[in-house]
Amino acid sequence: MILAAFNLIRSPSEMLSFVAQRVVKGVIVLLAIVVLNFFLIRLAPGDPAVVMAGEAGATDQVFVKQLREKFGLDKPLPEQLFIYVKGIATLDLGFSFRQQAPVAKLIGERLPATLLLTLTAFAISLALGILFGTFAARFAGTFLDTGITVFALIFYAMPIFWVALMGILLFSVTFDWLPSFGYDTVGGNYTGLAHVIDVAKHLIMPAMTLGLFFMATYTRMTRASMLEVKRLDFVKTARAKGLSDAVIQRRHVLRNALLPVVTLAGVHSGTLIGGAVITETVFAWPGIGRLMYDALLQRDYNLLLGVFVICSAMVLIFNLITDLVYRLVDPRIEFAS
Amino acid sequence: MKQFWKSMLKSPSGVIGLIILLLAISVAVFGPMLFPNSPWRMVQRPFLPPFTLSSVPLGTDALGRDVFAGMIFGARVSLLVGLVSTLVALIVGVPIGAMAGYFGGKVDDALMRFTEFFQTIPSFALAIVLVAILQPSIYSIVASIAVVSWPPVARLVRGEVLSLRTREYVQAAVVTGQSNSWIILREILPNALSPVIVLASLMVATAILLESSLSFLGLGDPNLISWGYMVGAGRTVIRQAWWITVFPGIAILISVLGLNLIGEGLNDALNPRLSREGR
Repeated sequence: MILAAFNLIRSPSEMLSFVAQRVVKGVIVLLAIVVLNFFLIRLAPGDPAVVMAGEAGATDQVFVKQLREKFGLDKPLPEQLFIYVKGIATLDLGFSFRQQAPVAKLIGERLPATLLLTLTAFAISLALGILFGTFAARFAGTFLDTGITVFALIFYAMPIFWVALMGILLFSVTFDWLPSFGYDTVGGNYTGLAHVIDVAKHLIMPAMTLGLFFMATYTRMTRASMLEVKRLDFVKTARAKGLSDAVIQRRHVLRNALLPVVTLAGVHSGTLIGGAVITETVFAWPGIGRLMYDALLQRDYNLLLGVFVICSAMVLIFNLITDLVYRLVDPRIEFAS
Repeated sequence: MKQFWKSMLKSPSGVIGLIILLLAISVAVFGPMLFPNSPWRMVQRPFLPPFTLSSVPLGTDALGRDVFAGMIFGARVSLLVGLVSTLVALIVGVPIGAMAGYFGGKVDDALMRFTEFFQTIPSFALAIVLVAILQPSIYSIVASIAVVSWPPVARLVRGEVLSLRTREYVQAAVVTGQSNSWIILREILPNALSPVIVLASLMVATAILLESSLSFLGLGDPNLISWGYMVGAGRTVIRQAWWITVFPGIAILISVLGLNLIGEGLNDALNPRLSREGR
């Protein structure tokens, strides 16, 4: 790790150019997603202005007329597209008539809760997954290995919404240990540390629910990858050098075995966001996933597509971070490439 | 082929998976014939607990509908959506991957950027948006699941085709003046099939999970009962009636588990070299 950090310091300009390249690529992808959004609205049956305004009867003629003027819906299609992209580029995601607030503001209010949930779930899944995977690989073929593998297979096959409900059934209804919904106790008026503990109590179940599925994947991946690395020549060399087993496992095997796990974590960022939509819905967690569900129920397309754009942006940022981490962890890659 | 079944039946996960899948398919095909009662019909008093009446073994839901009947009819929807959407994803992904791998150069670049783009979009969020905009129906659900699941197919096929393209028998076909489409269809694709089959079995499992999640959020086909819909409907009454959410969830778990096990078994049978490396 120290060596990796040294690599980073040694070539800051190369790292900068790498990041710049990736940011440019990300912006292009985001632009393409915005264009996709533009055509999605037009895919819905009916007048785009009415579609954007929301469910029939939810809005009045004045608002529809305003939308039509704002998006230039009487102008030719390319011009409409230009107006739409320009709007989003200036972070104007439109107005939600149902919620009587700008979409950007609604999302901004909900974003911290989603970040707290997804990052906690991610940390839990990665830590437990690597831990269990390492154990399974260490004791490959034993009862412990079989047990971990079977558990991972089962968690991998469970739909997230069902895990969430079973959690509520067990820990809220039966044992009454944990709260089943919300971000903090309504009317609790906790401050300081008491508030942190209150939020943490509410966070445990949603974060575990979301984390378990990914934990199962990381367990399987870590196990397979550790067993593969173990047989490679450089591990034999280390063993021949007389290094202790613990050192070989930690410094040689685990470090190299984690590379595919990091890649997988990047690939999974989109799934993590999708899982957050479901988890937040079940636990009434006030994040953008829950916002998306509300938008869905009310057919508030403007809000729905706004959340979709922000989710995509989050995935792009997360992918960039995992790419950077990969380069930090991988002893073979330098930024020069 | 005989060899294939032999090694498939040797792997315990493959056998368990096959048994589960056969069971699920027979429930989906024959179940509704044995239970002609519509799963939407009220058969008993609401909230009848399970294991109290033999005619309604798994109890009734908030509207007095038979939970067991719902699970049997739901099997049809889940398996059908899983299979058909995977098929559509293959129909989209295989040609894109094959063309990218075979022609290389600019074609490859363009097709792969396109594929990467779809891979970057958060898939479940896109599926939600698509079904919501196209209006929930079995067609829009199949279409949106296919749209979010074809990119891995394209990437896999491209990789396979890239490595097969330089083989001697393919070169021989080029020299004898065969057309590109003939070479791709007759020489290359049949040899790239086994990893695609493994991926497809896992995709069916993912598609079933996706469909159930969409239905759970209220985006299912309103005319068809499905496992995800049942869990979603039972969610609000979970404190009074646990069975409405528990049983359909177990059905999803078992079928997805079965398909994942088949995927592992297929992997062992079709790529014996790869699977040995894994342990």
